[in-house]
Amino acid sequence: MLTIIDYNAGNLTSVRLAFEALGAEAKVVSDAAGVAAADRLVFPGVGAAAAAMDNLRRAGLDTAIRAAIAAGVPFLGICLGTQILFERSDEDGGTETLGILPGTVRRLAPTGPRAKIPHMGWNQAIIRKKHPVLDSIRDGSDFYFVHSYYVAPANGADILCETEYAGQTFTSAVARGNVVATQFHAEKSGRTGLRLLENFLRWDGKEPEQC
Amino acid sequence: MLTFRIIPCLDVRNRRVTKGVKFQNNIDLGDPVEMAARYYEDGCDELVVYDITASAERRPIDIGIVRDVASVVRIPFAVGGGISSLDDMRRVLLAGAEKVSVNSLAISNPQVIADGAKAFGSQCIVLGMDPVRTPDLEKFPSGYEITARGFRVRTGLDAVEWAKRAADLGAGEIVVNSVDADGTRAGFDLEITRKIADAVGVPVIASGGAGKPEHLDAAWRDGHADAAIVAGMIHTGEWTVSGIKAAMRGVPLRRT
Repeated sequence: MLTIIDYNAGNLTSVRLAFEALGAEAKVVSDAAGVAAADRLVFPGVGAAAAAMDNLRRAGLDTAIRAAIAAGVPFLGICLGTQILFERSDEDGGTETLGILPGTVRRLAPTGPRAKIPHMGWNQAIIRKKHPVLDSIRDGSDFYFVHSYYVAPANGADILCETEYAGQTFTSAVARGNVVATQFHAEKSGRTGLRLLENFLRWDGKEPEQC
Repeated sequence: MLTFRIIPCLDVRNRRVTKGVKFQNNIDLGDPVEMAARYYEDGCDELVVYDITASAERRPIDIGIVRDVASVVRIPFAVGGGISSLDDMRRVLLAGAEKVSVNSLAISNPQVIADGAKAFGSQCIVLGMDPVRTPDLEKFPSGYEITARGFRVRTGLDAVEWAKRAADLGAGEIVVNSVDADGTRAGFDLEITRKIADAVGVPVIASGGAGKPEHLDAAWRDGHADAAIVAGMIHTGEWTVSGIKAAMRGVPLRRT
């Protein structure tokens, strides 16, 4: 069964509703045992990194998430959940995060007259490698974004999608082993987003060989 | 490239969508949930739902509508009207809305913007404002004064000053709804839209006056807006969201 991790970082309603619209039974858990029992995990989140890390540690969820990922459970990060998977974030004066993926999280630095922060709205995901969660998704499809920070993976091979915003190209999705993580909100990205979530539900957690 | 958003607005009164000119002469246009689903299927980028009688009737927002809309659309939507506390905001967000819109409440109690942004994040807090053109440039340097309570009350606030203050307090987005243009379908008030879009670092949504696709082109090009609200032009069936997008020129749009 699909398990959504609740660590008091934003609103999970739209994530749950999107999976329910696909006919999936979604269970929301907020304790380490719930994460340990899961066979498919979604790690959403909106808000600030430091408060989110405090919540995770207090509930022992940091350890449980590391264990689940090490065990090969198909894992989907969304927005703040994606950022927290990396080593550290510049947010809140510098925050140590989970360190499951190599790289850091930095503040967007858009330029030009329309350079607003947060980056909010629909923007295109340029696909950088093949992956089962992107099955039937056209290169350049629009997804819904709302964020002020972005992930900068240390390992270029982890980059799944990139997106351009006001003169800056940033990583908008990553994939490594059984982890897929997006900066955009597939749960609010219309039919294209539903397709990605449906692909995730079917995915066995194995990354295909790249050619 | 970030695309320009087209946002249908549903003014709900007694569970029906209505449309009036300058908040008067409201006529029945249909069921809000059915209309939300139709616009979503047709490619709108976001929605806004206002419970327009909640404040006047001193009752909380109709949460059933929020829940029903959330069950049929998979895009962000904002909800306004009848929000009077952080608890109201929380109920709306937990029912599936992405954003809450505050207007008169924020004028009487600006701190609610900061409190909402702290509790839920700036991206959840939309400031709606209803500026009206004024010749009194001494008191209102932007040439526009903010009105409240459905245009009925003059607030003494300069529109650009209020927008900057709201953004500083934590509003994540500002809807500029021109009193002069509202319901006319003669085009947005590009002057105040641009003044505010250029003055604040958060996205600005043009509102009031959309009648043709060219008006949306102008909102982006000359109004410097990030998004535009459409209502009458699609509610009457004269235009569809996909038809508007097909007719727009020179504006980056989401293709579905």
